[in-house]
Amino acid sequence: MIHNRDMIPERPAPKSVIGPLAWLRANLFNGPINSLFTLIGLYLVYLLFVPAIQWAFINADWIGTSRDDCSREGACWVFVNARFSQFIYGLYPSEETWRPNIIFAGFFTLIAWLAIPRLPLKRWVAAFALLAFPVIAFVLLHGGYFNLTVVPTSQWGGLMLTLLLATVGMIAALPIGIMLALGRRSEMPIVKSFCVVFIEFWRGVPLITILFMASVMLPLFLPGDINIDRLVRALIGITLFQSAYMAEVIRGGLQAIPKGQEEAAAALGMTYWKRMGLIVLPQALKMMIPGIVNTFISLFKDTTLVMIIGLFDLLGIVQAALSDSRWLGFSLEGYVFAAFMFWIFCFSMSRYSQYLERKLHTGHRN
Amino acid sequence: MAQTAIDNADLMVEMHNVNKWYGDFHVLRDINLQVRRGERIVICGPSGSGKSTMIRCINHLEEHQQGDITVGGVPLTQDVKRIEQIRRSVGMVFQHFNLFPHLSVLENCCIAPMWVQKKPRKEAEELAMQYLERVRIAEQALKYPGQLSGGQQQRVAIARSLCMHPEVMLFDEPTSALDPEMIKEVLDVMVELAEEGMTMLCVTHEMGFAKTVADRVIFMDQGQIIEENAPEPFFNDPQSERTQLFLSQILGH
Repeated sequence: MIHNRDMIPERPAPKSVIGPLAWLRANLFNGPINSLFTLIGLYLVYLLFVPAIQWAFINADWIGTSRDDCSREGACWVFVNARFSQFIYGLYPSEETWRPNIIFAGFFTLIAWLAIPRLPLKRWVAAFALLAFPVIAFVLLHGGYFNLTVVPTSQWGGLMLTLLLATVGMIAALPIGIMLALGRRSEMPIVKSFCVVFIEFWRGVPLITILFMASVMLPLFLPGDINIDRLVRALIGITLFQSAYMAEVIRGGLQAIPKGQEEAAAALGMTYWKRMGLIVLPQALKMMIPGIVNTFISLFKDTTLVMIIGLFDLLGIVQAALSDSRWLGFSLEGYVFAAFMFWIFCFSMSRYSQYLERKLHTGHRN
Repeated sequence: MAQTAIDNADLMVEMHNVNKWYGDFHVLRDINLQVRRGERIVICGPSGSGKSTMIRCINHLEEHQQGDITVGGVPLTQDVKRIEQIRRSVGMVFQHFNLFPHLSVLENCCIAPMWVQKKPRKEAEELAMQYLERVRIAEQALKYPGQLSGGQQQRVAIARSLCMHPEVMLFDEPTSALDPEMIKEVLDVMVELAEEGMTMLCVTHEMGFAKTVADRVIFMDQGQIIEENAPEPFFNDPQSERTQLFLSQILGH
């Protein structure tokens, strides 16, 4: 017979189980082959990392106005410095850059406000961001009202243009994508076939072709007196392309929701739109956050393709600066800078999506 | 409509010669059923006999191809508005609960009163708490369905239906997905509901429940109603061979 008179008190785990040393042993040195790979890996990191740090920081030149200020031993950030305002605003007139600055400030404030859970009035801020802010941004950036000088869209560029294309594309593609996804699952044959054809057409064509068609072919088909702004044409092309992809991502989410969910909503007397809007879509979108953000990130990078129709986004304007005869030979710096900017935005989106997933998790589904 | 309401003032659900096919498969064959207000009906039969399909036709979760269904005097047609009107007065409890996992227990109960009946949030919440109290789960109101046991989830599902003040409740094998120790807590709630006079149609294999509360027991096989009787004669003196066989199989041990 076993009979324990006293409860055994909890004891701390031995040093060989927890702590950094135990982690190292378990994960990096748990055998001769693994130890060897770890050492080779460390050596490779050393080979790559040290020169990169030296190039980018230690031997780099930061201050100056021309290429003569650069020692050429490391990166010449002077180039990026000198061209910085072009990289951000494109060919926007320098005395008017306060206008994009206000929009930048507003844009990032709105995003932060919506992303930080503690801040109040989310609904109103979201309504402002979706309805009023685009109008304000257009009026301020384009001008022509309130004695503001007109800055045609052909002079917009750089990071400003990249953010504009990506944001408008994302915000417009999401609702269109939702409608297309619902339409593709519809029982009405006309709606269904329209959505299938639309999605398959736009998904089957490369974005570069769509942009090229929008810019070169469309004006040929339109009557001569109708002239749609090139930026608007690019925006429409990107949005339609993106919404087709979005539709398929969302359809995947819709298919993963058990049929019982819609039945339960129907049994409570909800109309189709309420079943979708209150029950099915919230669950499907939550489940599809990784897929949706993945599409957003690829859109963000795809905006660089507008280069081929003569719009200068961040990458385009960096490339244009590289061919400046005063700054020949600094392509590495230019591309590293562009890559870094893109990476910051894409990485932020990725982190935010992970945060959202955790926040919206409400235990296992039935 | 006014005429039917006077003629059949007492009839809650009426099915007349209802037929349904899944492709070539004849699932419901000439179903005739009349349920009076306040009546409690238990439907049993082997799996695949069409029991669930039959009650799912009543709120048009399944479509029937022939025959007429009338619910509370309103004939069920293809008209979406009509279907939604009928669904508002018919509550349904599913085998797998089908609670909305992204909403808390309280929100599960409030969502239909708020969005379908346009009740203000406060009123809907008070109503929800009242029914959650009745199914003895009010203390879990702020939890999510995924945090509850099966029996608790099914009781929430019953409360969710009751919040719409249905005139008739359909139960589609409400205890079949539950662990044995949780069946009783759900049946207790259903018995209370029956005692309060709710019109109920229950597809279930809980014969104890049928004996306690049913006014009539219906036995179905191969898409037909084979036998229909009060519980006492149904269990003690089944007429058809198939009913006898079925009863011996489920009560035999």
